[in-house]
Amino acid sequence: MSTTKKLGLREKYRLMTRGLGWETTYQPMDKVFPYQSFEGIKIHDWDKWEDPFRLTMDAYWKYQAEKDRKLYAILDAFNQHNGHLNISDARYVNSIKLFLQGITLSEYNAHRGFVHLGRQFRGVGPRVASQMQALDEIRHAQTQIHALSHYNKYFSGFHGFQGMYDRLWYLSVPKSYFEDALTAGPFEFLTAISFSFEYVLTNLIFMPFMSGAAYNGDMATVTFGFSAQSDEARHMTMGLEVIKFMAEQDPDNIPIIQRWMDKWFWRGYRMLVLVAMMMDYMLPKKVMSWSEAWEMYFEQAGGALFEDLARYGFRMPKYADVSVKEKDRYSHEAWAALYHYGAAAGLHTWIPTSEEMEWMAEKYPNSFEQFYKPRLDYWDEQQKAGKRMYCASLPQLCQVCQIPAWFTEPDDPTQLCHRETEYKGETYHFCSDGCCDIFKGEPEKYIQARLPTHQIYQGNCGGASIEEVLKWSGIEVGHDNLDYLGSDDQKNWERWKHQTAVEKKIA
Amino acid sequence: MIEIRTATIEPLRNTFDHVARVLGGDKPASRYLEGTLKLQSEANFNYQALWDKEHELYDPSRTAIEMADWYAFIDPRQFHYGSYTNARSRQQEAAESNFDFVEKRDLLRFVDDAARQKMARVLVPLRHYEWGANMNNSFIASFAYGSMLNIPATFHAMDRLGIAQYLTRIGLLLGGVETVDAGKDAWLNDPAWQGLRKVTEDLFVEKDWFEVFVAQNVVGDGLIYPLVYRHFVQDIGVQGSTVAMLTEFMSDWSDESSKWVDSVIRIAAAESEKNRQQLAIWYKKWKALTLAAVRPIATDLAGVSAETLQNIENALDARAKKLGLEIGGL
Repeated sequence: MSTTKKLGLREKYRLMTRGLGWETTYQPMDKVFPYQSFEGIKIHDWDKWEDPFRLTMDAYWKYQAEKDRKLYAILDAFNQHNGHLNISDARYVNSIKLFLQGITLSEYNAHRGFVHLGRQFRGVGPRVASQMQALDEIRHAQTQIHALSHYNKYFSGFHGFQGMYDRLWYLSVPKSYFEDALTAGPFEFLTAISFSFEYVLTNLIFMPFMSGAAYNGDMATVTFGFSAQSDEARHMTMGLEVIKFMAEQDPDNIPIIQRWMDKWFWRGYRMLVLVAMMMDYMLPKKVMSWSEAWEMYFEQAGGALFEDLARYGFRMPKYADVSVKEKDRYSHEAWAALYHYGAAAGLHTWIPTSEEMEWMAEKYPNSFEQFYKPRLDYWDEQQKAGKRMYCASLPQLCQVCQIPAWFTEPDDPTQLCHRETEYKGETYHFCSDGCCDIFKGEPEKYIQARLPTHQIYQGNCGGASIEEVLKWSGIEVGHDNLDYLGSDDQKNWERWKHQTAVEKKIA
Repeated sequence: MIEIRTATIEPLRNTFDHVARVLGGDKPASRYLEGTLKLQSEANFNYQALWDKEHELYDPSRTAIEMADWYAFIDPRQFHYGSYTNARSRQQEAAESNFDFVEKRDLLRFVDDAARQKMARVLVPLRHYEWGANMNNSFIASFAYGSMLNIPATFHAMDRLGIAQYLTRIGLLLGGVETVDAGKDAWLNDPAWQGLRKVTEDLFVEKDWFEVFVAQNVVGDGLIYPLVYRHFVQDIGVQGSTVAMLTEFMSDWSDESSKWVDSVIRIAAAESEKNRQQLAIWYKKWKALTLAAVRPIATDLAGVSAETLQNIENALDARAKKLGLEIGGL
């Protein structure tokens, strides 16, 4: 039909999406979309939303199926040929244990948030965009499980990821982050996940894990990463559109969004400490240091972004300067703590090799040899003397980010940082001014936090002994936890490498 | 035969703990099960939702249906994202070549104006019914308890968006933007469509997601799909073959996805007498409402006889009974 030929793509896409919606009359719109106004965001014209994806479902199915076919072909080949034998070193596997434990079910949580918005947003455009992202997040959760399923067959630490997410102490960091976003209103969820996480911070998860996989010979994970990249690009586009759309709708929205940007920047940054530690300590072959990544992806790229957003009246998130002050210590403080709590972790910890320490000294000229190397050396000596140190007490967790209060004062890396505030006669503890401010903004929300340590003391976690708590948390004691040296992973790895070397010789 | 030598390394385990518990032991598991079981958090929720203070973030009490195990709902299609997009991608390829075939040969020119108008009057407003079904399934997907249900519900929601888009293309083929606009106008104003629109909007404000599932996926689609994509398309005669090509996706989709819909009802009904009764109450309530809403569409627009509509209703009742719902005394 000539009429269809004349239709521009844009107009056709409008008919295929927002043209489908209508103003309800048998039921009031406010009842059909009940969550639109309580956050105070004012939307005058939903039609101003610019669709970030412009994909009709038939095109979506086609492209995504193509990508998945390629992905699964490579995963099948990887599994069939014992691809795990090609990784740099079995210590590497701990970084993807952390990924499966902390990120995969967070992807699923993101799915639930987007599918909720896919029903609840009043505008059809953002609804369709949310639905597509909801579907993508299913993809990410499932393809991650499928990519790492093979590793589960050969290494410790993967088998219990499902139970761990709800129970293991350090996984309450990502769990509480996503639950914080999911329990917020629809606009805050988008600011938290689409903008702060996907747009501002996602490179700092994606690049380290996926490049880390590439550098360390992990074909399964890197293939997943490449495959997910075009999805992530769509999600990032949406993240920026969300902010622009809200900002252009009403100037009254700006201070609300800025408050969310401040909160979610800091919340996201704190969660990324797990990534910082992974980058600097857990990858046998390093990609770049946390400090370099933070400079490139946050200080430069994020800085340019916020310069651009200044025209709406936005400024850099509060405490961005603290993150810069912390960049030379972030990973070191985190790894030291995890090393100490290594008996209670679902992955292995270890003292870096001397080559790795040389790399750290080079990457962290102002901090590593001054502050962190001496204690690593000391712990190494202790370990060699048969006195590997494991902390048996429970840490004080921050009421907001739920990370043990292991961080130091912004202006003094030798002083532990601790903040507290009173609310309704109770004292609450924080790791930083950033988290303390977040608490003060919504105390009724954060007093509900289920801090794992409190739960353990209250006897809600399987029992009174550490062993009972660990078992309840999904950890096979003596297999998933403790030092890499002497672990099943190490022994199996050496046996397999020996075996394949002998087989090669015979052949 | 050349024997290819590969390193033989015995696995330490076959699957994840939570999957092994469902399988009753550590056995190799399908991608469907590994990718679908227990992805949803079950405990230790941190905060009350600002938008719902009555429930936990994920809460089984958002429906009257009770299950000892919300992971009993195995999808007979065993769809995970990869197999789902693969299946739909093949179907969309077929649909694309059907649309191409009709467009290239301009097959709709063989359809006389009266038939063409009839097609437009029935099919084009349905794009809004599909959009309503998308909203209702998004609602189900966001509140259903457990990844075993809300993942296929998400697929189902996206399918409805896809179908709404195919119907839009059919409208464009039949008469361009004006026809699509006229279809929307009919959905909003034509008395024949108001009953169905009211049922759809009433579902938007229902709180129990399982009730929405019964009303939309069992009753609504159980009446609309056979009415439109079987009887209407067939009854329109030789001229209908073109429309049959353009709606092949919908009829294939309905055959396939109703297997999942049926499995959900069957499993919930088999769980308890209480569930069976509740499902039957919902079924009867929404069948009465939807049937009344569909009648003018069938008779006034589609030209489907009262007898045929009765047959469709009987077939739906038979299906419901087979799934375990006691709806005898209707």
